[in-house]
Amino acid sequence: MSGEAVPRTYVQEVMDELAAEAVRGRTCFREQWTLEVRSEFLLQVMTELRNRWGFRYLIDVTAVDFHPKTPRFQVVYHLWCHDRQALLRVKAWVDTDPPSVPSVTGLWKTAGWHERECYDLFGITFMGHPDLRRILLPESWQGHPLRKDYPTEGPDWDLD
Amino acid sequence: MSELTERLILNVGPQHPSTHGVLRVVVELEGEVIVRCTPDIGYLHRGIEKLMESKTYHQCLPLTDRIDYLAGSANNLGFVLAVEKLLGIEVPPRARYLRVIVAEMTRISSHLFWLATHAHDLGAMTPLFYAFREREQLMDLFEAVAGGRLFPCYFRIGGVARDVPDGWTDGVREFCRTFPEKMKDYETLLTKNPIWIKRTKGVGVLTVDEVLDYGLSGPVARGSGIPWDVRRADPYCGYDEFDFIIPVGENGDTYDRYLVRLEEMRQSARIILQALDRLPSGDIAVKDPTITYPPKADVYTKIESLIQHFLLVEEGIRPPEGEVFHHTEAPKGELGFYIVSDGSSHPFRVKVRTPSFVNLQVLSKMAEGRLLADLIALIGTIDIVLADVDR
Repeated sequence: MSGEAVPRTYVQEVMDELAAEAVRGRTCFREQWTLEVRSEFLLQVMTELRNRWGFRYLIDVTAVDFHPKTPRFQVVYHLWCHDRQALLRVKAWVDTDPPSVPSVTGLWKTAGWHERECYDLFGITFMGHPDLRRILLPESWQGHPLRKDYPTEGPDWDLD
Repeated sequence: MSELTERLILNVGPQHPSTHGVLRVVVELEGEVIVRCTPDIGYLHRGIEKLMESKTYHQCLPLTDRIDYLAGSANNLGFVLAVEKLLGIEVPPRARYLRVIVAEMTRISSHLFWLATHAHDLGAMTPLFYAFREREQLMDLFEAVAGGRLFPCYFRIGGVARDVPDGWTDGVREFCRTFPEKMKDYETLLTKNPIWIKRTKGVGVLTVDEVLDYGLSGPVARGSGIPWDVRRADPYCGYDEFDFIIPVGENGDTYDRYLVRLEEMRQSARIILQALDRLPSGDIAVKDPTITYPPKADVYTKIESLIQHFLLVEEGIRPPEGEVFHHTEAPKGELGFYIVSDGSSHPFRVKVRTPSFVNLQVLSKMAEGRLLADLIALIGTIDIVLADVDR
């Protein structure tokens, strides 16, 4: 394939334009681009993606637990640009303890419930969220079920 | 007014017939006007995402039916397409067409259920009987092809479970041919009905900016004039080969969303007829022994097939390490599956982005300043299923 001019996709163009110090890495798998940003630049990158590059639609916010690795959590955002019909996945490692990342509710209101769900099931705090409380589980619930060290059978689960 | 009336906090649900499941809404009222409305969800949370982490990909499939139980096949489709993307495989054309047919039948069935309950909530009893009459025909067709009615689980990773029985396509064709005629019954009852118009016009208006901010999708977004349909914007299953229009509303109110869903049913019937006309012959699943199960008859008679079956049950499929996101246009909006694979036979993480969860968030915004009676119209117009919200 070398030497052949492959047209760059919109997502590639956008990623090239972003500040180099904010980007930790980028990968492409099955034609989907993942942009990994440094968590201290997360809000800056997201603002730029929304306001300058037209990613007005935040499809989803979620997290992945890589226990027992450190840093342990990764927050994952899926963005869609209606004008260019482009999908971009933005990821950031949560490198603080207790885990926390800035909230993007100021940019997209839809993040409100997504972030509450992440807080509920992973125990990640979203700084600046206007109403961060459990959403699916009751307030009195102990623990965060989607963490890898939380047994599928439930908190009282015992081998005996 | 606020000085004269006392604020009343009223609890609606979780067991209330018009909340379509176990939704609890705490409303603060001044007189009959809603000042604040806080949905409380999670009563139907079954931890499907957690369960999937301890199951093989094939075992995950029946769980997806239960996410939105009124559109089982739509969830199956989203999941199998995501896994196929992870595996990097393409299904044979016949399987692709059969999927489109069943997925569009599911859309009609889900919209019929919405129409029936929405109209019933607002006091119109008769559409329920009409809509369920047609839905019953679809349920019978699901049963004939898959064995299940609510949970067909007809799609498989790599194709579909089995080929269609004799005469099934004729049944579907007959349904699609007569359906637009029957839809006139619903229109006669509702579209120009003054009570229906009073209850729905101008209620729950959503502007384009609100739709984008709240990340809304499906008929809720299209009602506000945004032609956002994953089938067109990011085609899957070969939807770009079909001729259909994406109906959009103008005012973004409950009435427009009603019109949009009605037109969508007609368009779905059109897509099904096109798919039936062009239905190719050939395989119904990829012939890859590491992905699809061997035919049952071979399992009983050939040792190789028995071993293949055994290995798939015991170990499942092993996709490469990586992550994919795949979105589809489910009847209620955009359904996304985000799957992270660590190369083992169990998904490392599955996130289900359900349309109901995202769309329900806007309820508080829509309800504020409206009458309590409008809340019922608003819950209906978002078209939620609580299993889809809570997963």
